[in-house]
Amino acid sequence: MNKLKYRPLNLGRWLVWGGTALVMIVLPLIFTSGFTLTLMSQIGVGIIFALSYNMLLGQGGMLSFGHAVYSGLGAYFTVHALNLITDGAFYFPVTLTPLIGGVAGAVFGVIFGYVTTKKSGTTFAMISLGIAELVAACSLMFSDFFGGEAGVSTNRVIGKAFLGITYGPSIQVYYLIVGWALICMMAMFAWTQTPLGRMANAVRDNPERAEFVGYDTHMVRFLTLVLAGFFAGIAGGLSCINYEIVTAENVGAYASAGVLIATFIGGAGFFFGPIIGIIVFFTMVTAVGGITQAWLFYLGLLFLLIVLYAPGGFASLIMMHVPVIKARLMRRLWLPYAATLATGMILLTGLISVVEMTYRFSTEAGTNPNMTLFGFAFKVTEGVPWAIAAGLLVGGFIVSRFAWNAVGRAWGDIIHILQEREAAA
Amino acid sequence: MEFFLISMLNSVSYGLLLFMLSSGLTIIFSMMGVLNFAHASFYMLGAYFAYQISGWIGFWPALAIAPLLVGMVGMAVERYGLRTVHKYGHVAELLFTFGLAYLIEEAVHLIWGRSQVPYAVPPSLEGAAFTLFSTDYPIYRVFMMAVSVSMLIGIYLTLTRSRIGLVIQAALTHPQTVETLGHNVPRVFMMVFGGGSALAGLAGVIGGNAFVTEPGMAAAVGPIVFVVVVVGGMGSLAGAFLASLLIGIIQTFSVALDYSIVDLLAKLGITIGPDAPLAVVWNLTISQTGPVLPYLLMVLMLIFRPKGIMGTREG
Repeated sequence: MNKLKYRPLNLGRWLVWGGTALVMIVLPLIFTSGFTLTLMSQIGVGIIFALSYNMLLGQGGMLSFGHAVYSGLGAYFTVHALNLITDGAFYFPVTLTPLIGGVAGAVFGVIFGYVTTKKSGTTFAMISLGIAELVAACSLMFSDFFGGEAGVSTNRVIGKAFLGITYGPSIQVYYLIVGWALICMMAMFAWTQTPLGRMANAVRDNPERAEFVGYDTHMVRFLTLVLAGFFAGIAGGLSCINYEIVTAENVGAYASAGVLIATFIGGAGFFFGPIIGIIVFFTMVTAVGGITQAWLFYLGLLFLLIVLYAPGGFASLIMMHVPVIKARLMRRLWLPYAATLATGMILLTGLISVVEMTYRFSTEAGTNPNMTLFGFAFKVTEGVPWAIAAGLLVGGFIVSRFAWNAVGRAWGDIIHILQEREAAA
Repeated sequence: MEFFLISMLNSVSYGLLLFMLSSGLTIIFSMMGVLNFAHASFYMLGAYFAYQISGWIGFWPALAIAPLLVGMVGMAVERYGLRTVHKYGHVAELLFTFGLAYLIEEAVHLIWGRSQVPYAVPPSLEGAAFTLFSTDYPIYRVFMMAVSVSMLIGIYLTLTRSRIGLVIQAALTHPQTVETLGHNVPRVFMMVFGGGSALAGLAGVIGGNAFVTEPGMAAAVGPIVFVVVVVGGMGSLAGAFLASLLIGIIQTFSVALDYSIVDLLAKLGITIGPDAPLAVVWNLTISQTGPVLPYLLMVLMLIFRPKGIMGTREG
């Protein structure tokens, strides 16, 4: 049985992983401000969380509305562990404390997962929601553990410095997060290549056939959920170290909704999709959220548009261009894309104007009607700005439909050409 | 006795309100297989529309106009949203309604602000209907019950006696056959979705001023309505009715009962000190556990009887 194995050096994979690691390590040296460091730390934790969520949604086909339960409980166990270490109850290196969160997440995955994974689809979604509400309601009942309204706070600087690492400065925490993020990303990617990861895909696509082949679909889903809970717990532990406080919000419905939205925007069908999603999500939260109060509205709108018109998320939008680029047909798309971008900008300007003016009108029409939008100063109580905004919205909608149809035609041609070439080959 | 009767009346009025929400959700679910996450958002829209309209032309016109408006919004959502994502499967539909719930909440924030709006009970319905022992029972609660019950009878008659009701019932189980017989099934779906939304809107009109009208009201009642639908049995109207009343009773009574396991054991002659293991759990009173009970019921139901009280199918 001595089989000769030959595995070619997968240069592309090494380049992608090495490049990712390099970017994550070098970025804080280029962008040195505290603002970007906070953002990048958030993104690093978010990547682990979203990838663990995608083990359920993308790999296992389980739509969960309560993934924050595992990360949140992981964060709570980490915060209590940190406090116990500070009190000298036991010794454990701070660097490894996210593991405590991970184990807690996995244990709760075992407890809740056995019940929830009996079915997939709508039933799973409902039970995950029920469990999320259960835990959220419990967080207000047991204030000893959950810390009530104020939450539980801690101090990540414990004991003597080891090789100068105290985790006092946030740059050190950033590199801790990067280290964990890289390890977890690799582990989760490796998981997709294991028999269990492959079976999770099979159970997602056709549970009946998977059962006939002899696999227990419940067990496959259960193990997937436990592992996802483990990685979510690590993310929770890292966020606890990052913020030094854990509140009931960490297990709440909004945290669960956030990871769902981010993962789906990025694209659940590809491994790297959630990473794109989490970057877009946190950029919107911090950048757009810094400018306007209506950022949640824009985020919700983006999510709905993705669900309606690009259910594979940004990742699928990128990936669908790969064969076109290989076939050297991109030149057919540039013009329709440019037209869509230009007309889409008109539509977007109209939309933003209407939303922002509505918001200002409903909150401060009487007290402070003056507002500035896109460099124009006007009173929100006047009719002319409203007419312009509505005109931009409607006009932009009409012209962008023409541009959009042109994109559709160009894609139709390209698919036709690709099919013909394939038939000829 | 007085406490029991008053609480029972409150439970029934709240349970009937829940049923107005869950009946629409159940019919939509059994017809289209869509679990509408945004259903409670239509309830919220009903309350806000009624607040706005009653500010302009009074409560009574609002009682009729607001649900119709919500129904039209619902039909538009079905026609231009759900029908588009239908080809991607049930998970995509669930995600769509989830995103919609999010968007409606934000739209309410944008238009009506983040705090509650002063949507009050109309003056003609203020005051006490009758006095039970020493407690005045408000007219508005009686009015709520009357509206709910008449709606209930209305749905029942429409579904069982009218032509469109028979088409709907047939389309529930045999959509293809109904289509072959020349009925426009997608349009029936759209109307059912609109009707369910309008019912939720009506519940919002009469519930918004009995409780509070605020942007968080959809998120507060939404999961409860899901609990009702799951406990009652997915797709069963009778089950949804029983479960609505059950949840209404649980929620109303649990708020008022201040007993814990420690008290119970003390009655039996066993004392548990504050140092006992898990003392936090034993000292919890029923009123403290109130918010958890519906979800606990749902999870237990899914473990032991996944098809619900009256359901015919699992999941």
